[in-house]
Parts: sequence; C-alpha cells; structure tokens
Amino acid sequence: MTEHDRAARHDPIYDRLHATPEFAELRHRYRSFVIPATVAFLAWYLLYVVLSNWAGDFMATKVVGHINVALIFGLLQFVTTFGLAWYYARYSQNKLDPLARQLDADYQAGGNA
Amino acid sequence: MDTQVLTTILFLSVVALTVGITFWASRQTKTAADYYSGGRSFSGFQNGLAIGGDYMSAASFLGISGAIAVYGYDGFLYSIGFLVAWLVALLLVAEMLRNAGRYTMADQLAFRMQQRPVRTAASISTVVVSIFYLLAQMVGAGSLVALLLGVDSQAIKNITIIGVGVLMIFYVVVGGMKGTTYVQIVKAVLLMIGSALIVVLVLAKFNFNLSDLLGSAAENSGKGEAFLAPGLQYGSSLTSQIDFLSLGLALVLGTAGLPHILIRFYTVPTARDARKSVLWAIGLIGAFYLMTLVLGFGAAALLDRDQVDPAAGGNQNLASPLLAEAVGGGEGSTGGAVLLALIAAVAFATILAVVAGLTLASSSSVAHDLYKGVIKKDSPVTEKDEVKVARIAAFIIGAIAIALSIPAQRLNIAFLVALAFAVAASANLPAIIYNMFWRRFNTRGATWSIYGGLISAVGLVLLSPVMSGLPTSLFPDSDWSIFPLNNPGIVSIPLGFLLGYIGTVTSREPEAEERYTELEVRALTGAGAEGAVSH
Repeated sequence: MTEHDRAARHDPIYDRLHATPEFAELRHRYRSFVIPATVAFLAWYLLYVVLSNWAGDFMATKVVGHINVALIFGLLQFVTTFGLAWYYARYSQNKLDPLARQLDADYQAGGNA
Repeated sequence: MDTQVLTTILFLSVVALTVGITFWASRQTKTAADYYSGGRSFSGFQNGLAIGGDYMSAASFLGISGAIAVYGYDGFLYSIGFLVAWLVALLLVAEMLRNAGRYTMADQLAFRMQQRPVRTAASISTVVVSIFYLLAQMVGAGSLVALLLGVDSQAIKNITIIGVGVLMIFYVVVGGMKGTTYVQIVKAVLLMIGSALIVVLVLAKFNFNLSDLLGSAAENSGKGEAFLAPGLQYGSSLTSQIDFLSLGLALVLGTAGLPHILIRFYTVPTARDARKSVLWAIGLIGAFYLMTLVLGFGAAALLDRDQVDPAAGGNQNLASPLLAEAVGGGEGSTGGAVLLALIAAVAFATILAVVAGLTLASSSSVAHDLYKGVIKKDSPVTEKDEVKVARIAAFIIGAIAIALSIPAQRLNIAFLVALAFAVAASANLPAIIYNMFWRRFNTRGATWSIYGGLISAVGLVLLSPVMSGLPTSLFPDSDWSIFPLNNPGIVSIPLGFLLGYIGTVTSREPEAEERYTELEVRALTGAGAEGAVSH
C-alpha cells in the first residue's frame, strides 16, 4: 500500500460530476455567497473590536438612559449573526440544495450503472 | 436545610442522572461508528442542543458573567466573539466537513494527503487543544465545589478534580458518542432553564428596565459610567489594546478549529442536518450569551464588590452562583439556598458535559488517527480493536488531565480557554480552510501550518507575562517574558496561514491535487459521503 492508497482508488465518476455545468454552477453559487459574507462579517466584527479599543469616547456616548453606543453595537453583532445565519439557511435551501441533490442522484445512478 | 446538604443532593442527582443515561446509551453502542459518531443518527435539533452543551463551558457560564461583573463592558467581548465565531463554522466548515470525513478532524486532510504525516500532526494538535481546554474545566470544577462547601481546602479541590476526571472517563468509555451526546443535551436544557430563571428574577428587581439595571451596576461597581463602556480591563496601554485585538481574533477564529466541536458534525445523517444543527446551536448559544450580559451586570449591581472582585478579595468565577443566592432572598434564606444549590448543580453539569466531549474528541483521534492510521497502517485493524484502543486512550488522557489539573490550579480559567481557542485557530483552522478551498494545498502545507501554528501559539504563551514576570504569573519570582501579550493569536494565527501557504508552494504533490476533485464534489454535494448507521 502506498501513502496515497485512497487516491489510488479514485473513482472516475467524480471527474465526470466535477466537469458538469451543474457542479460549476453549484460551486459558483456557494463560493460567491460564503466568501463575501465571511469577509463582511469578519470586517464588521473587527470594526467593533477596533472601535472598542480606540474610540472609547464614541462608544461611551449615551443613547437612552444608561444604554450607550457600545452596548447597541454589541447587540447589533448578535442581530447580524442571527440575520446572516437565517439568510444563509434560506439561500442554501433555495439555491444550493436542489443542485446538490441532483448531483448526488447522478452519483447514485452512475454508481449503479 | 442548609446549602451544603442541598448542594450535595443536587450534585449527586446530576451525577446519578448522567450515569443512568450513560448505561442506557452503552447498550446501543456496538460498532466503531456508534462509538465515534453515535451511528450518525441524531437529528439536527438534537445535535444543535448537544453542540450548545459541548460549547457553553464553565468559562462561559462562570467566566464571562464574572468578567462582566468585575470589568464591566470589556467582559462582553467574550460573548460576542464566541457567538460570531459560529458563522465561520456555519458558512465554511460544518457541511463540507460532514461530507468529507468520518470520525475525526484529520479525516478530511487524510482524504487527499499522505496519511501518516497529516494524521500524526492533526492528532497531536487535537490532544493539545483538548488538554488545555480540559484543564480549564477541571480547575473550574475544583474551585466551584470547594467554595460552595464553604471550605477553601486544597484537599477538597483535588478530590473534586479526581472525581470529575473519573466521571468523564466513565461517560466516554462506557457511553461513547451516544452517551456523551445525551449528557450534553440534558446539560444544555438545564443550563438554559437555570440561566433564564435567574435572568427573569434579576430583571424583575429592576421592573424589567435594562437601563436601570445598567445604572445600578455602574453605581455599585464604584467606577461609574466607565463600567458600561469598553476600556476598563484593556484600555490602559497600547500593549493591552493589542492584547484585546489578539483575544478578539482568537475567539472568532478558534471555534471552527475546536476538535470536540468538529466531531459533532459527524453525528447527523447528512450535511443538511449538520447545517440545521449549527443553526439551532447559534440560536441557543446566542440566547445564552445575551443572558450572560444580564447575569454579569446583575452580579455587578446586586452583589458586594468583595464577593466578586478579586482586587477586593472576591472570586469572579462565583458571580453567577452568588447572584442566584442574592435574587433568591440572600444569604441564609431558604430561597437563596435553593437557587444557589440549583445554579451550582447546573454549573457542575456544564463542566461534566464539556469534559466528556473533550475526552471523546481526543481519544477518538488517538485511536482512529494515530493507532489505526499511523501505527497499524499496514496491518488490518478490526473495529473492535479500534474502539478498545479509543477506550484505553480515553482512560490515559483522562489520567493526564487529572495529573496536570492539580498543579494548574493557579491559572485563570478564562485564560486557559482563550489559549485553547488561540491554538485551535492557529493550528487547525488554516489547514481546514485551505484543504476545502485550495486545490494546490498539500501534505507539506498541512503539516507546516499545524505544527507551526501549534508551536508558535504554545511557545509564545510560555514566553508571555502569563508564565513569568508579573505578580499574577504562574512563576511570579522569575522573569523570562520576552513576548508582551497574554494571548498569542495575533501572531500565531497569521503565522499558521502563512506557513500553510509557504509549505504548499515549495512542494508539489499531484496526487493531492488530483484527489481534490473528488473531495470538492463530495464536500459540496454529499455524493459518496458516509451515511447514517441503522440497526
């Protein structure tokens, strides 16, 4: 057995599926969602950390009663996290799952052929 | 009835309940897939609860509320970082890992790389991260029990640590993934109900007016409005501000590299269920961290400073239990005694569930990656032997954790957990992300990023003020601290990514690139992924 024993058992059906336009579309839809979304939420989170560090006076500004900008900013991180998670769930149900199911069905059919 | 008796009864009830669950689960654990992944038969909702139970540790329940009670707003960073981190797991890791692997973090690397080097590296990293995390939980259990029994006795702390260690070995050896999962589900439910009860009682004291609660917290803290704004703990110098940034990075990038969290994605039948479980977990964990805000500021408002502030002789890790006592009617009242005992038992259940998850993750990796994948690579290993080795490994790792926890009791719980996050983010996350998204990535890149991230994260901590040079250090009388930050993340995480890149571009491995085609199709579509086991 070689170090690449798994690679040696490579099933050509994966090459066929990889070359289909459906797979290219699935990968495009997945990456074009998650990469910008990841950059966006990390930037938004780091903005929060940076403001906490270097904009203390702004963060301490009172808005209502004892509730200040820092608290609202922190709670907004919760809101955006819940919102993005919900949006991704909806996006993947509508745009990713149907294509993934179809390709998986092709795989099952190809495996039995 | 006094608190000690009541606390003891509730602790023993938690132990009896979890031991019962474990025996029940053991009768359904037959194959390796059962032991490692609970037969992949949990629903998304069940796994979401179990992820919550695995993730919300003593550091969250006791540490964050304590940090907020002492330092005010700065403690809230932990809550936010720990939650936002789940987006990394949801968007980039959970579903693809579920489709590409079987039992451990190393599986998805070994899918296309040289088995021996990547399995060895991933297994070492899994064990190191898990042991740091275990130490934090066990040290927490020791001080919790000793302080609740009202005696600051080293013997009691040591006995508690040994007791927790024996229980966690028992859960994992006997119950496997199934037993561990149910223990985590029960704990998650107890933790949410217990926290919600205290939150409602705290808010009721302020007529459900959050602003009034914050006002009282600020006033009672003695620090005024500064208590409600960032900067009290970290704002004093540029070094501490960079430390804050470093901690923030480690928190947000660490979660998706924690081995005990990653293996939970293997316990569901499909990638879609893995996604559902992360969505449930985000809802649950988010709700819990919102509650820590009320618990922390509630403790600041309602407790005396000498109860929680270490500078005044208090113990910040006991803010939540003491708050429960205060809202139940105060010290000496029946209501106070009941709630204190209840919340202490919840904290104890929390610790037990997390240590079980950690022991399972590390022992699985030793058996599946090191024993089967490396040591016995060229000879067949039966499932029975593999599970036997996993059980022996759980026993040994548990014993090591007990042995290290006893001298580690001087270390701060939150620090140990933040270090585990920093190591996970530096050593594991780069390899996982590169492997899924970069065709060119190869064995040398994977081993360089894992070892580089691991060694730099741990090495920088050894050279930091945590170890020496300050009165609060582990070795206060010597000074070899040449690295100024407490948290290494800001250096070690980029280094892990950079070494992964350099290692990859300086070597060629056509097999790994070719095999990426299969990995990518499988990760995105689930074609050929491991299915659920039916009995």
